[in-house]
Amino acid sequence: MAEPSPAPPIEPPPTPKTSRPIHTLPPPFSHDKLVPITQGAEALVYKTTFLTPNTPVVVKYRPPKPYRHPTLDKRLTKQRLLAEARSLVRCRKEGIKVPAVLGADWDEGWLVLEYVEGDTVRRVLDGWAHDVEEAKKSGDGSDGVKEREEAMLDLMTRVGREVAKLHELGVCHGDLTTSNLMLRQEDKAQTEDCAQPPLPSGDIYLIDFGLTTASIQEEDKAVDLYVLERAFAATHPAAEPLFQEVLRAYGESSKSAKGVLRKLEGVRMRGRKRSMLG
Amino acid sequence: MALVRTFTLPHYEQYPVQIALFKNLKNTSYIRSQLLEANPDFDYAFLDAEMILSPTHLLTATFLSLHAILTARQKTRTPHSELVFRLSPNNNIGESYKKFGLGPHTTNLIAVKYPLTSKQADSVAPNEHKVWDDDGSVTNQSVSEHLGRVVEGECVKIGEEGWELGAVCDVERVRKAYKVNGGGGKKGKKGAADGDDDKKDERKELESVILGIMTLKGS
Ligand SMILES: Nc1ncnc2c1ncn2[C@@H]1O[C@H](COP(=O)(O)OP(=O)(O)OP(=O)(O)O)[C@@H](O)[C@H]1O
Repeated sequence: MAEPSPAPPIEPPPTPKTSRPIHTLPPPFSHDKLVPITQGAEALVYKTTFLTPNTPVVVKYRPPKPYRHPTLDKRLTKQRLLAEARSLVRCRKEGIKVPAVLGADWDEGWLVLEYVEGDTVRRVLDGWAHDVEEAKKSGDGSDGVKEREEAMLDLMTRVGREVAKLHELGVCHGDLTTSNLMLRQEDKAQTEDCAQPPLPSGDIYLIDFGLTTASIQEEDKAVDLYVLERAFAATHPAAEPLFQEVLRAYGESSKSAKGVLRKLEGVRMRGRKRSMLG
Repeated sequence: MALVRTFTLPHYEQYPVQIALFKNLKNTSYIRSQLLEANPDFDYAFLDAEMILSPTHLLTATFLSLHAILTARQKTRTPHSELVFRLSPNNNIGESYKKFGLGPHTTNLIAVKYPLTSKQADSVAPNEHKVWDDDGSVTNQSVSEHLGRVVEGECVKIGEEGWELGAVCDVERVRKAYKVNGGGGKKGKKGAADGDDDKKDERKELESVILGIMTLKGS
C-alpha cells in the first residue's frame, strides 16, 4: 500500500513589506529627539517634547504587526488607540487624574500624552520594601520609619479613592497593576537634595488605558481590584497590609464599592483554583 | 510694524509659525471684506482671540493642522482654514469660522501665518489633496511688516512662552463651545478661598480636556 504522501510543510507567511523599519516612528518624529521609556509587546513608549521645547510628553506608538494583514492591522491599531484616547479624555473630563491627550494620528498609530513626572507606585513600593528590610537588619525603629509608613498608608488611601472614582464612572481599567499607577511628583528640585528618601506625597495618576472598558458590572470592577492585589503580593510580603488600606479606602468611597468588595472574594477563589490547575 | 512672535514647534521645526495679537481692533469690517473677496494678501488664520484659552490651546490646533496638511490628509482647502477647522470641536467648517474666526464684532484678534505655499491651482478636484511646500518668503519680518500695514489695533508683544495669547480669553464662551461644564472635572464644593491659584488650576483642567476633544475630533 502506498504511503499517503505527507502534507507539504507549512510555509511561514512572507513578511509583508512596510515602507520603513517596524520600530521607526512615522514622520514627523525622528529618533534623535525621542528618549525610549519602555518597549512593551504592544507599544513603544518614548519621552519627547511637544508644542514647545519645554513641554515634556510621552509618545505611545503601536508599530504595525508584520504577521497581520496590513489592512486589518491598521484598523485594529486605530480602534485600540481610539479606545484608549477616548477613555482618557472621558476620565479627564470627569476629574479623574489621568494624562491629558495632546495629539494623535490614528492611521499612523501614535498618541501623544501629557508626561507625568514621578515614579510608578511599583517603584515606590520596591523602594519602601527595600528600606523596611534595611531597617530590620540594623534594628532601627526610629521615627523616620514610622513617618514613612504613615505616608505609605496615606498613599494607599489615595490609590483606593482614585480607583473608586474610576469605577464610579463605569470604567474598568483592565490592567490595574502597580506599574500603571503613578505618583506625581510636582517639585523635583525640592526633594532631590535631601539625605532622607522623599516621603511619597503627590497625586495618584492612572496610566495605560489600552485595555480599558466601559462596564458597570461589579464583577469587572472586582477583577481590577484582584489584579492590583496580585501586583501588591508580587512586590513584598510587607505590602500586604498596605493593600488592605487600598481596599478600605475603596470601600468607603462609594456605595456601590461594598458590592464590588463582596464580589472580590469570589474572584479570588476562582483565581486560586485556576492557579492550582496550573 | 506689528510685533510678531515666531513659534517653532518641536518635530515641525522646519515650518516656523508667525503669530501676532491685536487688542481693540479698529478695522474689523475692512479685514473681513478682504477675506470675503479672497484677497491673496490676506492669507492668514484670523482668529477671535477671546476663543483662545492658552498658548497650548492654539499650538495644539497648529500642530494638528500642520500635520494634516503635511501628510496630505487635510479636510479643508488651505492650511489656514485647516487651523480654524482643527480648533473647532465639530466637523462643520462654516461653524468653525463662526465660532473661532474673525467675526463682525471681534475686537481682539490673533493672526497666524504658516510658511506654506502651493504651486497647484485652486482647481484641484475637491477630493484631491493639494501639496503644500515650504514658502521661504514668509518671515517674521515680512509678516510684521504686512500686518502692521493692514491691521488697525493695539499690537501686543507676545513673550517667549506666549501667555499673552490666552490673556483676553472669554473662558465661559470657550467652555460652551467645547461643551465642557464645571472645572473641567467634577470639582468638590468651592470654598470662599476661590483664589487665583484655583482659577489657574481650573483653566489648566479645562485646557487638558479641550486638547483631548480637538485630538478626537472627526475620529
Ligand atoms: N503619561 C506618562 N507619563 C510618564 N510616564 C509614562 C506615561 N505613560 C507611560 N509612562 C511610562 O511608560 C511605561 C509604559 O507605558 P504604558 O503602560 O502606557 O505602555 P504599554 O506598552 O501599554 O505598557 P504595558 O506593556 O505595561 O501594557 C509606564 O510604566 C510608565 O513608566
